[in-house]
Amino acid sequence: MPLLEVADLRTYFHTRSGIYRAVDGVSFSIESGETLGIVGESGSGKSVTGYSLMGLVPSPPGRIESGRAIFDGIDLLKCSPAQARSIRGRRIAMIFQDPMTSLNPYLRIGDQLIEPLLIHQKIGRRDALRRAEAMLEAVGIGETARRLRQHPHEFSGGMRQRVMIAMALITEPELLIADEPTTALDVTVQAQILELIRRMQRERRMAVMFITHDLAVVSGLCDRVQVMYAGRIFETGATPEVFYRPRHPYTRGLQRSIPALQAKGDRLYTIPGLPPDVSKPMPGCPFAPRCESAVDRCRSTPIRLLPLDTGGPARAQACLRVQEGEL
Amino acid sequence: MIDGPILELRGLKTHFPIHAGFLRRRQVGAIRAVDGVSFALQPGEVLGLVGESGCGKSTVARSIMQLVPPTAGEIFLEGRSLGAATPAERHVMRRQLQMVFQDPYASLNPRLTVFATLAEPLLAHRLCPPEYVHGLVDDLMTRVGLAPRLAQKYPHEFSGGQRQRIAIARALALQPKVVVADEPVSALDVSIQAQIINLLIELRRTIGLSMLFIAHDLSVVKHISDRVAVMYLGRIMEVGSAEEVIERPVHPYTRALISAIPIPDPDRERARQRIVLSGDPPSPANPPPGCPFQTRCPYVQDRCKKAVPPLAPFAGREVACVRAGEI
Repeated sequence: MPLLEVADLRTYFHTRSGIYRAVDGVSFSIESGETLGIVGESGSGKSVTGYSLMGLVPSPPGRIESGRAIFDGIDLLKCSPAQARSIRGRRIAMIFQDPMTSLNPYLRIGDQLIEPLLIHQKIGRRDALRRAEAMLEAVGIGETARRLRQHPHEFSGGMRQRVMIAMALITEPELLIADEPTTALDVTVQAQILELIRRMQRERRMAVMFITHDLAVVSGLCDRVQVMYAGRIFETGATPEVFYRPRHPYTRGLQRSIPALQAKGDRLYTIPGLPPDVSKPMPGCPFAPRCESAVDRCRSTPIRLLPLDTGGPARAQACLRVQEGEL
Repeated sequence: MIDGPILELRGLKTHFPIHAGFLRRRQVGAIRAVDGVSFALQPGEVLGLVGESGCGKSTVARSIMQLVPPTAGEIFLEGRSLGAATPAERHVMRRQLQMVFQDPYASLNPRLTVFATLAEPLLAHRLCPPEYVHGLVDDLMTRVGLAPRLAQKYPHEFSGGQRQRIAIARALALQPKVVVADEPVSALDVSIQAQIINLLIELRRTIGLSMLFIAHDLSVVKHISDRVAVMYLGRIMEVGSAEEVIERPVHPYTRALISAIPIPDPDRERARQRIVLSGDPPSPANPPPGCPFQTRCPYVQDRCKKAVPPLAPFAGREVACVRAGEI
């Protein structure tokens, strides 16, 4: 049984200018110990997927319209607040993109680190601080006793992201949702943080849902990848399968537009047009207006994520023409 | 056309004073943001400037643009010193230098239409009679791939990629000799990033643009630049042809930087040896004596701590490392 199973998740934002279908029918699962990469450009719904699981969608205007997210037999989207609290922050933790704004500037690092422990576990302050010290050491921060008494502004960006990770992992969660945790950091610091996540995961058999726009980060870190666009999953499968044998025209286009994979100085392939406006109803494929292979059918037939014959289990994609064997 | 570099920096230093005291304010130190940078940009050349945040690459850009006063050293435009020029001369020289900023959401005036944004530099420098402005603005917009009919729209009506096109058009309005582009694509999505990179490559081919291209994404820099300079703590560590420096880095810092960059190819990514640097760069207010990289360098020796290593020719490039031949 998977650790987390999400089925038909829909999260809409009801605003004065219309209904934004940020996540529009997303289904996936994560096994324990596994790393799932969720890749997409801005507005693809990848972060809102994470927020929906953590109960962090601002409501109003946001609303989870439908779907299930079963974690250990409990539906995170429908369970009682008390039940949700016993899972979120303890068994599922989340880290965010911007370590500058996700720590409280007024509180000492120690107080912030032990907060989840004091809330979720029967533990005294002194023991909690001892755990916090061990945790800081585990994420590679030295002089822990002094560091615990410091405030966030005394830490560099990479150090703050380490603190965020320490804070997320201190309750030993089974699932970590990481929302662009290295996007705001330099590459050398990014390498440190990715290494840290990898190590923590090995040591604790934790599952990781890694949300990012960066295909390169995914390639080294994730077991499986899921490509999102306009609130839907377009393609999913084992990382090498998706990278070496992409099937969906969007995944292919995305790959061809990365300079790292092209000969120097060549014109890069560009996906024409702009990302879709998810407040407009889209009867067919949301990528159809930008897709070079689109035909009339694509604009009218609703898309479905269907398994592919090749590429192992969990290999699926949502292009109608690929499904009909035309591409 | 003159011989020699179009833009040259000789020993540029830009320090920001640190003050202490309230009634008796006095200078207690300085942030050495740029600490002795020299390079030359040839006509029609693109020089990439890379480094982590805080290494001083943006301060180099701002010093060239006369947005911050240099502390020492000289900047030459076509062999003429900007520092020694009279205010009237500098006004003309400043026109030859234009800048494109990172964030197209912040760098355009939200209250000016595209037309007003592009007409302003033309009128301010009295480059053409008012009746020709319309034609010139149309030309500029076409050149950067925007339809001239959009001229009466405001920045908020455009996407990020289109805004960056407007910012590029504004920089080109005065037919500059040199364009300084500070992270022009890092705020954009992958598919949009490719469009802007293509535009810059195109402009370079058609109008022979000379450009200082500042970025932290080395794959983008490699794609667009002829030469690359790597900065660390206010100094250049290595400079040479883009292929040489990125494919076969010599300086230990360049090696670590390049090995930290993830590549979007799962097999290669998982097979490679990564040099993970420990810790953070030292503070530019208090750089170590000797080599700036000594605190994190895996090859450090006592002699690295004695004197700042000069940039010296090595293996077809210039490297600031005394052990370049040994490691």
